[in-house]
Amino acid sequence: MGTYVVRRLAWMILVVLGMTLITFAITHMIPADPAKIAAGLGADASAVEKIRQELGLDLPLPEQYLFYLKNLLRGDLGRSILTSRPVLDDIKDYFPATLELTVLSMVVTMVLGVFLGILSALQQGRLVDNVTRLFATLWVAMPVFWFALMLQILFYGKLEWLPPGGRIGETVSPPPHVTGMFTLDSLLTLRFGTLGNALVHLILPVTAVALTRVAEVARITRSSMLEVLGVDYVRTARAKGLSEKVVILRHALKNASLPIITTFGLQFGYLLGGTILVESIFQWPGMGRYAVLSITSVDFPAVIGVTVVASFSFVLVNLGVDLTYRFADPRIRY
Amino acid sequence: MISQDSSAADSSEVQSLMPVHRRRARFRVRGNELAILGAVVVVALVLLAIFGPRLAPYDPYKLSFTEKLKQPSQDHWFGTDEAGRDIFSRVLHGTRISLRVAAIVVTIAAGIGVTLGTVAGFYGGWVDDIVMRVADVFMAFPGLVLAMAVSAAVGASIEAAIVAVSFVWWPVYTRLTRGQVLAIREEVYVQAARSIGASDGRIMMRHVLPNIFSVLLVRMTMDIGYAILYTSSLGFIGLGAQEPMPEWGRMVATGRRWILDHSYYSTFPGVAIFITVLAFTWLGDALRDWLDPRMRYGQ
Repeated sequence: MGTYVVRRLAWMILVVLGMTLITFAITHMIPADPAKIAAGLGADASAVEKIRQELGLDLPLPEQYLFYLKNLLRGDLGRSILTSRPVLDDIKDYFPATLELTVLSMVVTMVLGVFLGILSALQQGRLVDNVTRLFATLWVAMPVFWFALMLQILFYGKLEWLPPGGRIGETVSPPPHVTGMFTLDSLLTLRFGTLGNALVHLILPVTAVALTRVAEVARITRSSMLEVLGVDYVRTARAKGLSEKVVILRHALKNASLPIITTFGLQFGYLLGGTILVESIFQWPGMGRYAVLSITSVDFPAVIGVTVVASFSFVLVNLGVDLTYRFADPRIRY
Repeated sequence: MISQDSSAADSSEVQSLMPVHRRRARFRVRGNELAILGAVVVVALVLLAIFGPRLAPYDPYKLSFTEKLKQPSQDHWFGTDEAGRDIFSRVLHGTRISLRVAAIVVTIAAGIGVTLGTVAGFYGGWVDDIVMRVADVFMAFPGLVLAMAVSAAVGASIEAAIVAVSFVWWPVYTRLTRGQVLAIREEVYVQAARSIGASDGRIMMRHVLPNIFSVLLVRMTMDIGYAILYTSSLGFIGLGAQEPMPEWGRMVATGRRWILDHSYYSTFPGVAIFITVLAFTWLGDALRDWLDPRMRYGQ
C-alpha cells in the first residue's frame, strides 16, 4: 500500500507538471501581447517594457516556464485585469460557492444514481427499469445550460415556487464566514432559517447539474449490480436465509461498487463543467461565473487561474478515488 | 450478456429452433427501434444541413425592426428575435453550422488520436510510453475547463471552439485506437504480413486500421453528437460562435435576456441541440450493434 501511494503521488506530481506545461503553452498562444494588456490602454512603450520585465516575458521560453512555475508554487496566479486583484484572492472568494454547488450535486448524483441503478437492476424489465433506462438514454443528450434555463422558466417564471438565482435571499443576511459555504456555515453557527433559505436557492442549480449525470451513474450501477446479482455468493447468501436488504447492501452492492467508485472521479469533472455553465444562469457567484465574466472581458490571467485550480481539484479527487479502491475491495493489494 | 427479461425466457425454446441468422435479425430489430429512429433523424438532419438554407422561409440574417420579439405564429413558427429575425430560419441554418463544426472537430480529433494511438500501440516501448503519458495528462483536465482556456486563448470564435474541442478530444481516440491495435498486432495475419516483408506503414494501413475501422466509426458517430453539445456550450458562455451567426448555443444565450417574456427564443435552439445529439447517440448505438458482433446481444 505504502509504495503504491508513493508511486501514485509521484505520478500525480508528473501529471500536474504536465498540466502546468500545457497551461503555460496556452498562455503563450494568445495572439495579443500580455504585457500590453497588463499595462492597460494608452500605456506608453516604456511602461509596457517595464511590465514585460516584471512578468518575465523578456526571458527565453524555458526560463519563462520556470518563472511561471515559481509563481504558481507561491500561489501567484497573476493579477486579474477585471478586478485588479490577485487572481488567487478572487478565486478564494468564488471557490466556496462552486465547491458547495459541486459537492451537493455530487451527493445528489451519486445517491439518486446508485438508488435508481439498484432499483432498476432488481426490477429488471419492469416499469422502474424501463423509465430509468429511457431517462438515461434521453439525458446524455441534454444540454445542461438549456435544461437549467427551462427549470428557471418553469419554477420561477411560471410557477413562482423557487427563487430565480443567487445564493441567498436579498432580505436574509449570509451566515458568518467559516468555510464560505453558506449551508455548512449556517449549520455550524446554528442558523436554521438561513440554512433553509440557502437550501431553497440550491434546489434549481443542483437539479440542473445533477440530473444530467444521474442517468449515467444509474446505468453503471445497474449493469454492475446485474453482474453481481447472478454470482454464486449472492445465491448462497439468499439460500442461507439472509434478509434481502443484507444481501443487496452487504453482499451485492459492496462487490458492485468498484465501477461506481470509478465513475465518481469522472463525474466530478463533468459536474465541474456543468457547474460552470449553470452558475451564470442562476447568478451563482462561483468560479464559473467568474470565468465567464473574465472571458467576456478578455481577462486572461483569471481564465487560466480558474483552469489551474479546477484541474488540480479534479486531479486530487481522482487520486482520492484511486486510493479508495483499497477499502472497497480488500483483494486489491498495491 | 444475454437478455434475461421474461419474454425472452418464454420464447427461448422457440428461438432455439430458429436458424441462427433469423434469431440475430430478431434481436437486432427488437432492440433497435430507437436506433432506427436515430438513423432517420440523422438522415433528416443531414438533408436539412444541405437543403435547409433553401427551405428556410426567411433570410436568417435579415433585420426587421417592425417584427421584433414576436411570439410564434403562422408567419414565424418559432417567433422572431430581438432584431426581428425569423428564429425558425435561424435554427434551420444552425443545423448546417452545428453539423459542420462537429464533423470537423471529430475529424481532427480522430485524425490526431488515431495516428498517435496506432503508432503507440504498434511500436510499443518508449514511443507508447511517451504518447500515452501525454494523453493521460490531457485527460486529467476537466474537458470543458480546458476547452474554455484554449478557446479564450485563441480568441472567441467558432474556429476557436473547433480548435479547443479537438485539442481536448484527441486523447480519447488515442486510447481507444491503442487498445485495439495492441490486440490486433498479435493476430496471425499481421505476423504473416510481416513475415512476407511488408513494411510497418503498409501493415498499419492495410491490415491494422481496416480492422479497427468499425469501432472508430461507432465512436465517431456518437462523438458528433457530443461535439455539438461541447461547441454549443462554448457558444453559450460566449467563447464559440459570435453574433449574428445562428449557432444554437449562442442563440440560447442571447435569448436568455428575454427569457421570462419570450421563453420560445431560447427554447427552440435548445430543442434542436437535444434532438440532434440524441439522434447521433442512438445511431451510434445501432452501428455498434451491427458492426461489433460481441456487442450484438449486449442490450
